[in-house]
Amino acid sequence: MSAVPRHLSRLLAVAALTLMCVAGAAVLPDDRADIFWSSYRGGGMDITGESVLVRKKFSEQFAVEGNYFIDKVSGASIDVLSNASVIKDERKQKSLSLEYIHDKTTYNLSYTNSTERDYISNTTHFSLSQDMFGDLTTISLGFTDSRNKVGENNGTALKPVISWLGYSTSRSYEGGLSQIITKNLIASTTLEVISDQGFLSNPYRSIRFYDAVPLGYSLGTQVYPNTHTSTAVETRAKYYLPYRAAASLSYRYFNDTWGVRANTIEFDYIQPVADQFIFEGRVRHYSQNHASFYADIFPSANYQNFEARDQNLAASTNNTFDGKMTWAFAPQGFLIFKRATVSFDVTRIQFKYGDFRNIKFYNNTPAGGGYAAGEEPLYAFDAMVYQVYLSMFF
Amino acid sequence: MRRRAAFIAVVLGAELLLGACSIQPWVKPYERDRLADPIMSWDRDAISGAYLDHVYESREGSRGATGTAGGGCGCN
Repeated sequence: MSAVPRHLSRLLAVAALTLMCVAGAAVLPDDRADIFWSSYRGGGMDITGESVLVRKKFSEQFAVEGNYFIDKVSGASIDVLSNASVIKDERKQKSLSLEYIHDKTTYNLSYTNSTERDYISNTTHFSLSQDMFGDLTTISLGFTDSRNKVGENNGTALKPVISWLGYSTSRSYEGGLSQIITKNLIASTTLEVISDQGFLSNPYRSIRFYDAVPLGYSLGTQVYPNTHTSTAVETRAKYYLPYRAAASLSYRYFNDTWGVRANTIEFDYIQPVADQFIFEGRVRHYSQNHASFYADIFPSANYQNFEARDQNLAASTNNTFDGKMTWAFAPQGFLIFKRATVSFDVTRIQFKYGDFRNIKFYNNTPAGGGYAAGEEPLYAFDAMVYQVYLSMFF
Repeated sequence: MRRRAAFIAVVLGAELLLGACSIQPWVKPYERDRLADPIMSWDRDAISGAYLDHVYESREGSRGATGTAGGGCGCN
């Protein structure tokens, strides 16, 4: 017998011994049906979303979940406006998820298809989680594979002419550990590494560079690397307060091979009232530096091999203030439903950019404010997000 | 020699893992009623959580470690 199989057999023996200490069984969540509506307004964009989710157990071990989501986009963000094009589009996302429990192991397999006129994405996800050590610890592992077809609308909003520009693939590897620390405190850490290849640029963004005519600047095509790898680690903890309320705190660190480093910190507070209402408040702060090949304006055309002026890659911060109310309007149930709730969620997100300028202010004549290329005010906008959803449990 | 040392390390690791089996959970099952309260769930509403993750991912340079898998460009 070769050395490799002998090592493998020893490792398998150790794994089998480890799994022997597992006893009892995990439990699937309740069956539910959700009807969801959302609205996003900000930065020139107006997006409404509608979604339906149904989750059904077919036995104590096996559940199926289906979700349909449709986003309707109108308007255009600031950097799309700089190209003088306005967008009207729809994104339809369908997903099917299968969940299977064996003993204390939960297996999840899902498939998602997302289709826009100019972007098609197919995603397969597999994960498993294992409860262990008296159910105080849960370890999870996940793998996601996405294949995307990227296009550009060279026509108008009403008469699209799509040019398919290329493909990209994305693979994600995720590991997580959740730990019950005390009877009031639970904490978890998740690590995710995502690796992309292919056409990764956003065709609707343009770089700009100093040019004498006609405006003092000209626009050019973005050039991105063909590979991208990112690492994100999130740690969070949730505490049950003495008077039936919960507070949670999370922190996420992100970095990638494009030079972006980001920090996210979030605090959440949940307060039930009179067994019929749950109020939730959330604040979130996010900051990132710019990608190594990002510039608001480049010194000249073809200044470097990779060039981007996508606001997502600029230095930025944003702050979120979120308020949510859930009303259990049918605590005794109705028809086939054991109980039902309706939720209202209002979110304000304030985006500020550190090196992405508002090109709409450009006017190098004194009457127009005197902003020369590269000296316009920094871009900032506020977005409002509204969500209303009905959840019925059966 | 190195192979033998590796084997001993694997066996010791297994012993440690088995030793962990004998650890009595310091939070007993009957003490977990608070942790089982829906307000202690990480993600009470899957659609809303995935939607907000998509809102952020479409406008930020970072992504990942939030527990959602989905698609879409968010290009516009």
